[in-house]
Amino acid sequence: MLDKSKKAVLLLKDGTSFIGKGFGATGKISGEVVFSTSMVGYTESLTDTSYRGQFLALTYPLIGNYGVPSDEIDELSGGLPRYFESDHIQAQGLVIHELCLEPYHWASVRTLDKWLYDEGVPGIYGIDTRRLTKKLRTHGVMLGMLQVFDSNEEPDLETLLKECSDIVDPNQTDLVKEVSIKKLCKYNVDGKLTVVLIDCGVKFSIIRCLLKRGINVIRVPYDTSADEILSYNPDGVLVSNGPGDPKRNTKTIEAVRVLAEKIPLMGICLGTQILALAFGADTYKLKFGHRSQNQPALDLTSTRCYITIQNHNYAINMETLKQTPLEPWFINPNDKTVEGIKHKSKPVFAVQWHPEASPGPHDTDMLFDKFKKTMEAK
Amino acid sequence: MPKFDWIHKVLVLGSGAIKIGEAAEFDYSGSQCLKALHEEGIETVLINPNIATIQTDPRLSGKVYLLPVTPEFVEKVIAKERPDGILLGFGGQTALNCGIELAKTGILDRYNVKVLGTPISAIENTGDRERFRQAMLEANVPPLESMSATSVDVAMKIAEEIGYPVIVRVAYTLGGKGSGVAYNVDELKETVTRGIAQSRIHQVLIEKYVGHWKEIEYEVMRDYADNCLTVCNMENFDPMGVHTGDSIVVAPSQTMTNREYHKIRQISINAIRHLGIVGECNIQWALNTQSEECRVIEVNSRMSRSSALASKVTGYPLAYIATKLTLGYLLPELINKVTEVTTACFEPALDYITIKIPRWDLQKFKNADRHVGPQMRSVGEVMAIGRCFEEALQKAVRMLDVDKIGLVCNPEDSEPESEEHIRDELANPTDERLYKISKALRMGLSVAEIYRLSGIDPFFLNKIKNMLNMEDKLRKLNLGGSKAVEIIREAKRMGFSDEQIAVCQCTDEATIRKFRKDTKIVPSVKQIDTLAAEYPAKTNYLYMTYGGDEDDIVLSVNTSKVIVLGAGVFRIGSSVEFDWCGVNTVWALKKNGIKEAIMINYNPETVSTDYDVSDKLYFEELTNERIMDIYDKENPLGIITSVGGQIPNNLSVKLTESGAKILGTSAQDVDVAEDRSKFSALLDKLGISQPSWSKLVSIDDAKLFAEKIGFPVLVRPSYVLSGSAMRVAYDEASLENFLKLAAKVSHDHPVVISKFITGAKEVEVDGVCDGDSVLIGAIMEHVENAGVHSGDATMTIPPQALKVEVQKDIEDCTQRIVKALNIRGPYNIQYLVKDDVVNVIECNLRASRSMPFVSKTRGVNLIDQATLAMLGKKINIQLSPMTVAPHVGVKVPQFSFMRLSGADPVLGVEMLSTGEVACIGESFSDAFSKALQAAEVHIPPKDGAILISIGGGQENKKRVVPIAKAFQEMNFRIYATANTANVLNDSGVNTTILYKVKDAKINPNILDYLQEQKIDLVINVPVTNYQANYSDILTDGYIIRRQAVEFNVPVITNLQLAEALVDALKKNNLNDQSIRSLNEYMDKIPWKQW
Repeated sequence: MLDKSKKAVLLLKDGTSFIGKGFGATGKISGEVVFSTSMVGYTESLTDTSYRGQFLALTYPLIGNYGVPSDEIDELSGGLPRYFESDHIQAQGLVIHELCLEPYHWASVRTLDKWLYDEGVPGIYGIDTRRLTKKLRTHGVMLGMLQVFDSNEEPDLETLLKECSDIVDPNQTDLVKEVSIKKLCKYNVDGKLTVVLIDCGVKFSIIRCLLKRGINVIRVPYDTSADEILSYNPDGVLVSNGPGDPKRNTKTIEAVRVLAEKIPLMGICLGTQILALAFGADTYKLKFGHRSQNQPALDLTSTRCYITIQNHNYAINMETLKQTPLEPWFINPNDKTVEGIKHKSKPVFAVQWHPEASPGPHDTDMLFDKFKKTMEAK
Repeated sequence: MPKFDWIHKVLVLGSGAIKIGEAAEFDYSGSQCLKALHEEGIETVLINPNIATIQTDPRLSGKVYLLPVTPEFVEKVIAKERPDGILLGFGGQTALNCGIELAKTGILDRYNVKVLGTPISAIENTGDRERFRQAMLEANVPPLESMSATSVDVAMKIAEEIGYPVIVRVAYTLGGKGSGVAYNVDELKETVTRGIAQSRIHQVLIEKYVGHWKEIEYEVMRDYADNCLTVCNMENFDPMGVHTGDSIVVAPSQTMTNREYHKIRQISINAIRHLGIVGECNIQWALNTQSEECRVIEVNSRMSRSSALASKVTGYPLAYIATKLTLGYLLPELINKVTEVTTACFEPALDYITIKIPRWDLQKFKNADRHVGPQMRSVGEVMAIGRCFEEALQKAVRMLDVDKIGLVCNPEDSEPESEEHIRDELANPTDERLYKISKALRMGLSVAEIYRLSGIDPFFLNKIKNMLNMEDKLRKLNLGGSKAVEIIREAKRMGFSDEQIAVCQCTDEATIRKFRKDTKIVPSVKQIDTLAAEYPAKTNYLYMTYGGDEDDIVLSVNTSKVIVLGAGVFRIGSSVEFDWCGVNTVWALKKNGIKEAIMINYNPETVSTDYDVSDKLYFEELTNERIMDIYDKENPLGIITSVGGQIPNNLSVKLTESGAKILGTSAQDVDVAEDRSKFSALLDKLGISQPSWSKLVSIDDAKLFAEKIGFPVLVRPSYVLSGSAMRVAYDEASLENFLKLAAKVSHDHPVVISKFITGAKEVEVDGVCDGDSVLIGAIMEHVENAGVHSGDATMTIPPQALKVEVQKDIEDCTQRIVKALNIRGPYNIQYLVKDDVVNVIECNLRASRSMPFVSKTRGVNLIDQATLAMLGKKINIQLSPMTVAPHVGVKVPQFSFMRLSGADPVLGVEMLSTGEVACIGESFSDAFSKALQAAEVHIPPKDGAILISIGGGQENKKRVVPIAKAFQEMNFRIYATANTANVLNDSGVNTTILYKVKDAKINPNILDYLQEQKIDLVINVPVTNYQANYSDILTDGYIIRRQAVEFNVPVITNLQLAEALVDALKKNNLNDQSIRSLNEYMDKIPWKQW
């Protein structure tokens, strides 16, 4: 049962403080504070590796309503857990307005508080998350510190503030290395096609989407070389999502440069930025990123616009695509940023959002069908 | 794709009068639609007889036809106007049904009018049960399994296939009688055997039982290029089985996981794509509570009550965008009107929770069943916005205006009730179920047990438990103690009002208010921006919450601001007409240079809660506490309380006491008019006659007074609306009962009894005074004699049977009363006229229900004038009501008796109509006959049949003779009950006897004739002291009236109305009614000011 007397503080690097109540694990941790406007899907989001190094602030105020599902394994999906996107919570901490103490759902086995506690992740509730969001929208994402105190402890803001100035930007660390698989792993469904999945921190649903289509998956570490990948004789390569600054992944960029010339390739999120970098385009950090389930992606080759789930801090510089064989395929009609790219002559494409959904809408599930078709046509 | 270039002129069909199931939400969607069309430079033609709507203002529409929305009338308008396209999705089921008829009969093809948006075939696929099932199966969307059976064996096979439990529905019985749920074979056998025997066609329907599943809705938009998105999802607090219109609804959904949310979202889109909807629609789902299994229930292929709600929930203007899509625009080509920079092709993200609660008025209806179920019965709804469930729910309960200060802390919470009764109420919910849940929890029933009985998700039940726990804490709290600030802050976050806290602390509201202001516990202003703060909003769609510590907006100083209080929840007696007044006030304020016109209202159905109507919209409670919170933040010039009906009007005294400035007539003067006793005293002083009256001191005194003046007497409480608890007493016993009832309704205000004058004419005036000049907008004459509530009466402008001298008297009395009351703003006075003597019965110092009717018929916008007066300016038109326009306007009430099983459709002093229409014509009979049709009264055909049954003795019955004779002369067949028939036959009317319902075995019988549609009209006038016989519900008269309602045969219960109808039938050829727009009529008024 939650101890409601535990205090908690979220401190931003600029000195802005939010004092609320603590849940989950007690302790102090730093990270980058980002907000997501998703109204459902906290279990999926928290286990999404793209949130590595970040505090996830949810703008929807009532969180934890349907509890947390069990760790049960779905044998049909290659032995992956049925309900999560990775093996454990990836975010540094959770920032919400109201925590549901008495959730109710047939699939729930524990409360959100218990889950965070079990996983050693701190959370803060009872703060004005809208004020926080407006701050981040205006100033851009910010580094910060979250401390959950013991029930008899009083926050010491001054000390915290001093510590806050020394926070290391997680984007300057090898986040991908932390979340990528350490050694190769195979998921075999006896399919005709095999895909090598370069795991930069892959969401399990990407694997599920491939397996569901009867595609065998060989999941390899992010720094696997092109030669090794080609040695598995795949029908295609998928470069996954993942956390942090894409430019740090030089080995992956190098491999993709070779692979994209030779074999059908699909990129998702970070994978898209890596593909762009591989062909010499540039990426940059967005002010506060795109994190929501309602981002429009406009297809420049048709009259269609899709609703997508996005979770990215970085984007491709549209101008720099001009000097490459890649071209913009999708843009975000709101801020006109690049959301999808494709190769002018080869079966290579990538999107900045998550077609595998989970959380989020299934509007662009057909991109996996498209990928499958290009492999079959090869 | 830009819009289609061939669209120059578009016909829009409205939904007609407000009725249960079709209310003001269609004024909102229609108004947005017209706005969207005008922006494109498209000429518009609107057909809608609901004169009280904003969409029928010539300001908003191009041309307005106040005509019935029926294929006959619409064809005539099409022939005259020759539009390129027609929009069917903005006028509810009325418009949709009419559109299908127009298409089927080839009228649209003949005039080459294209249906814009969703094609007719798709509309039909959603409307027909079997076609819908097929379409869903094709799209791989799971419909509710159901098949019909005529034997137990077949039923068993079907049930086996579908899987238990199943619901057995009996075909063709009234009100679903005989239906039942079977959990196994034995139960199935029993129910089916019984059902087949009860069914007229010996058939039952075996359907998958999804009772207690969750009910979920999605609002879906789709364009011509197949772009498709869901604007909003909503979760019903009530499980399946309660009509969504009668359900408490929460948005966004609270208990659905991401997997469930997006699974249903995706198949909703699949379904809508397959159906080929273009524009907007609503799709409803049943979701299993123990798995991800779901079933589609239905699709509404048009703007609906839910879509209006979704617009207010999200800030996404669904009707506006839907209109653009029907013109050919694509979603990504359109702009989000809130941010002005992002695209409309997105799904709003909310950072607040909204709760809708319906409002019922079932207690007004004699004999009406109070259970909620598959048939919608509510007459209005409220929506509350908060940052937590508890806050939103308690706001919503207060908004209902049902004398509750929140969900908890009400005095009646502790009234004893048996556990058995509570359990029954939970299992068989009524309009009171929400309060029964908290009572059950108080009695110690567990959340699990309440869930088992009610099917309401424990998530919600636990939240209610939280509120009860907080109430306990507040009762124990020491306001001077160290925990006080923290607990009060938490209580405020959970939506407790100062009054609730005061009740717990046994102190007054002001003390609590002071305490929290001293301790800086104040609400913040938050903005609804569609993107959960991701992008800044350009609009001022606002709410207040204690779940935040920062205002979203910068509150300007030194700006001229005026707050207008909206009408709040609609109920019988307060409806769209007050929204019309509120919106027109905002517009008038803008015309008069007010920088910020601020609206406070919480009714999601309305135009006034559209954020682009006012400069700022506070979607908030109309309580003294909340208005003062806003007043403190905004510091306006003043508040207008006189244009939103009774709720704001009743607040004016308290607001004045709280230090707010009220614009217009002072609160003290309002009090003189509203307080029956003070008002009557004023009339005595002015020497204006009124029915003898007395203030109730004791029941014995009242009895003595009644003896003295003679029965019948009228019992009237003060400060009430729509004649609530107003009764005519014919003897001592009923007088005593009514006095008690009235005292209960009227609380701290006196009850007055007065002589009930029988056989008198009722007349009203609406007008405006600026302190000097008195403008009388019109004199309205009621067709029915006094005794029928003015809201239920048929009215005409100008009067048809009122002597000039009497009209002059009325003008004179009005002048004197208005001046004596120091009116600065709108007023309405009601008179009785008997033997040419004018008596005053009531005066309201606020905009009345008939304001839009008078304004549009007379071509003078009275609200414009009233706003001038309230701003301290001079009204700028002088007009005598005796100067008449060359046309006649007739207003007719709309009833919803069909929807209210058991309700007796007899008219009396308590208002029962849910809406009204008005038509304008060359003569009274021209306008009246159109208006009747517009109110869905089927006018009997020339050689039809009528049934006459008149209560009381020979004298009473004889009064119908001339009417019967007139019908006979028009070749009607006349049927009557035995005694009435005798009188008619004796008077030379050839009448056939039909036997009463209780003599069901004797032929020819009334019931058979009604069922077989052999009767076109029923005239049933009950005995005059009928009102006294409350217990005697199973009278023959009641059964005849009720059966006529069930079989959709018009019932007239008033002789004057019957006379008017006969007269109209005689004078008027139904094929020759005038087809003119309101614009044409107005243009002929020399003094027009619009």
